[in-house]
Amino acid sequence: MPMKDPLARRWRKGGPGELRRPDDGADLSLLEDALQGLPRNEMSVIPALQRAQEVYGYLPESVLAQIADELRVPWARVYGVATFYAQFHLKPRGRHIVLVCRGTACHVGGASEILGALEERLGIREGETTPDLMFTLETVACLGACALAPVIVVGGRYYGHLDEAKTLAVIDMYTDGNAAPEVQP
Amino acid sequence: MTGVTRIRSSKDLARLRGTAQEARRRYRKRVTICNGTGCRACGGLDVTAAFRSELARKGLTDVVQVMPTGCQGYCQRGPIVVVDPPGVFYQRVTAEDVPTVVASTLEADEVVEKLLYTDPLTGEHVPLEKDIRFYAGQQRIVFALNGEIEPSSIDDYIGMGGYEALAKALEDMSPEQIIQEVTDAGLRGRGGAGFPTGVKWRFVREAATFPKYVICNGDEGDPGAFMDRSLLEATPHSVLEGMLIAGYAMGASEAYIYVRAEYPLAIEHVGKALADASTLGLLGEDILGTGLSFHVHIKEGAGAFVCGEETALITSIEGRRGTPRPRPPFPAQSGLFGKPTNINNVETFANVPPIILNGAAWYAGMGTEKSKGTKIFSLTGKVQNNGLVEVPMGTTLRQVIFEIGGGMHEGRDFKAAQMGGPSGGCVPAKHLDLPIDYESLQSIGAIMGSGGLVVMDDRTCMVDVARFFLAFTMSESCGKCVPCRIGTKQMHDTLDGFTRGEGSVDDLTQLEALAQNVKRGSLCGLGQTAPNPVLSTIMHFREEYEAHIVEKRCPAGVCKALLSFRIDSEKCVGCMACAKVCPVNAITGEKKQPHTIDPTLCIKCGQCFEKCKFDAVLRG
Repeated sequence: MPMKDPLARRWRKGGPGELRRPDDGADLSLLEDALQGLPRNEMSVIPALQRAQEVYGYLPESVLAQIADELRVPWARVYGVATFYAQFHLKPRGRHIVLVCRGTACHVGGASEILGALEERLGIREGETTPDLMFTLETVACLGACALAPVIVVGGRYYGHLDEAKTLAVIDMYTDGNAAPEVQP
Repeated sequence: MTGVTRIRSSKDLARLRGTAQEARRRYRKRVTICNGTGCRACGGLDVTAAFRSELARKGLTDVVQVMPTGCQGYCQRGPIVVVDPPGVFYQRVTAEDVPTVVASTLEADEVVEKLLYTDPLTGEHVPLEKDIRFYAGQQRIVFALNGEIEPSSIDDYIGMGGYEALAKALEDMSPEQIIQEVTDAGLRGRGGAGFPTGVKWRFVREAATFPKYVICNGDEGDPGAFMDRSLLEATPHSVLEGMLIAGYAMGASEAYIYVRAEYPLAIEHVGKALADASTLGLLGEDILGTGLSFHVHIKEGAGAFVCGEETALITSIEGRRGTPRPRPPFPAQSGLFGKPTNINNVETFANVPPIILNGAAWYAGMGTEKSKGTKIFSLTGKVQNNGLVEVPMGTTLRQVIFEIGGGMHEGRDFKAAQMGGPSGGCVPAKHLDLPIDYESLQSIGAIMGSGGLVVMDDRTCMVDVARFFLAFTMSESCGKCVPCRIGTKQMHDTLDGFTRGEGSVDDLTQLEALAQNVKRGSLCGLGQTAPNPVLSTIMHFREEYEAHIVEKRCPAGVCKALLSFRIDSEKCVGCMACAKVCPVNAITGEKKQPHTIDPTLCIKCGQCFEKCKFDAVLRG
């Protein structure tokens, strides 16, 4: 059982009316289905954020506020959690998420060069999204696929044993057609 | 799942085992195809589908069993296919190869030569899996079932003796006996610190507060370690069985498995395992008719390395920012929701069923005086064979790297092995014959950690490696305590300066002092161990630091700011190869005349150095 939370009690007295409601155009009705079956307590904050991000692609502020409201948890706590974990994103992300592994084996195998080539090709830095919302470039500490090093993941598909040229070939496949390509490099 | 709806006693379990074994024996041959993350990335799923359709086309589905397995550990050679009997090992198989394998190996008992593994040392084909050096040198206990069962099939697991240890524990042993057995076996935490598991269990058992919790730490975040992923993907039930036995021994009835969100396949397989075990009554109320109740929940991590620290992990399960708490109180007294909590690593739990089944004496017979049993290492980096290696404690690094690992990649010289990830250190060549156990590694500035083992050759710069790990711990530091938050940043910046040719000998002295302070002053394991990569590289490779600081030179040729390229006019034959690859046209010269590099244009990418066949490009 979650411990009694003095902050949560105080919040309830004030009521949801006091919460600042940013209007960012997110359709909050989608959240209802997403939160189905989650117990209304603090333990559900992380799963709720994970499910919400699945629906919206990122976490708009109004969604954070709504989750805080639904789970009876202070908004500050929800915001704190959303900004603590690397998985959560508060800005819109691209259609294809390009994840570059920076694990030890990948680093030794040339991950920095691969990241540099991607930054140059996509015209964005690590952590950014292209203006046309096609690509988001991110890095991850380790994917645990070290035997494939250096490795990147695009839209959930793993591409291993890469060099700069092969990496750009992978990106080309996604630039040309929007669907995930069938052939492996 | 077969007929049985619920297992109510060990007799039911035995019956189900019989049925599962019979189902297995019905087939004349079995094709196992690795479907772990690594092999999937190389097309393992297509190969599996190709076998299914080819066998259906030839009407062989009743005689040949197709078994997609979890990660078999030899990821580098994937997708891996094994045909049993006789255990022929095929590597890098594609869907196009499948009809050939079916026609020759399955129908005519002939091997397909081109798919066989070639031993890099002898240059000969090795047809059978058991003869391959990578496997032959291993002793697989925790990994015993990895290539033998379908991860999502509880029948397979039960058929291979799964949950037998649970039945034995519940029926023949008291909780005290179990804890004693685990203590006598000498099992120590496989997550890194090596704390005796039995002692930890006893603390929780003796705590008088209820409820109690069991947590499985699957937040494997060390760069370069992936054995927990493999175990959760390949044999999720063995981890679950270990947790059940632990729960019974400690009097806990609620449990959590915390898995990184970066491991989607592991989450999927654990979820399936939980559902199947619940359906059969191996989880829930009145397990095996003994009145024991045990519920397991899965918790997805959200991407924070610090959550591998036990108190941070607990905070994360509670739904907050995953920052650690000071200890004491230890989780055994006040853990999840303030209740007694036991946290063990995935590999630790997977060691429990074999200990209960075979006894403490058997287990303690393996390993060294203070480190018992086996340990899984993830062998990666500049070594021939990449993959997961399970060996008895006390095996030497030389055996792991040069026998099982097949030696150095491209015949380069061994320089160091990085062990224990960002909390660990580098082991230089002079310690290659050191038997690996918790104490011996600590004595030379490295740690066992979770078992990451990254092999580095002479082209790896140790200052750069230290900087790499500090960049990691700096960004993963949660920020709660000052020594870690500011210390990792300062250490990183100093190291970064070294790689750019900045800094003095004083800075090196200060770096060492700072490292000691961060080690002593940090709140949790992340900060306390973050300086290890720095201290161990200084301990073993001080001359390399001095080369950077004093001579402004990177001996390994990695730190770009310290490099310059020029062409040896004696050796250059004027083949133009370097001029063609140069991305900034910094190389000029006539055909068949010595070339020159314009240092003002050169961006030090090193492509000319890689390209030159005559060693005419000099780097220094």
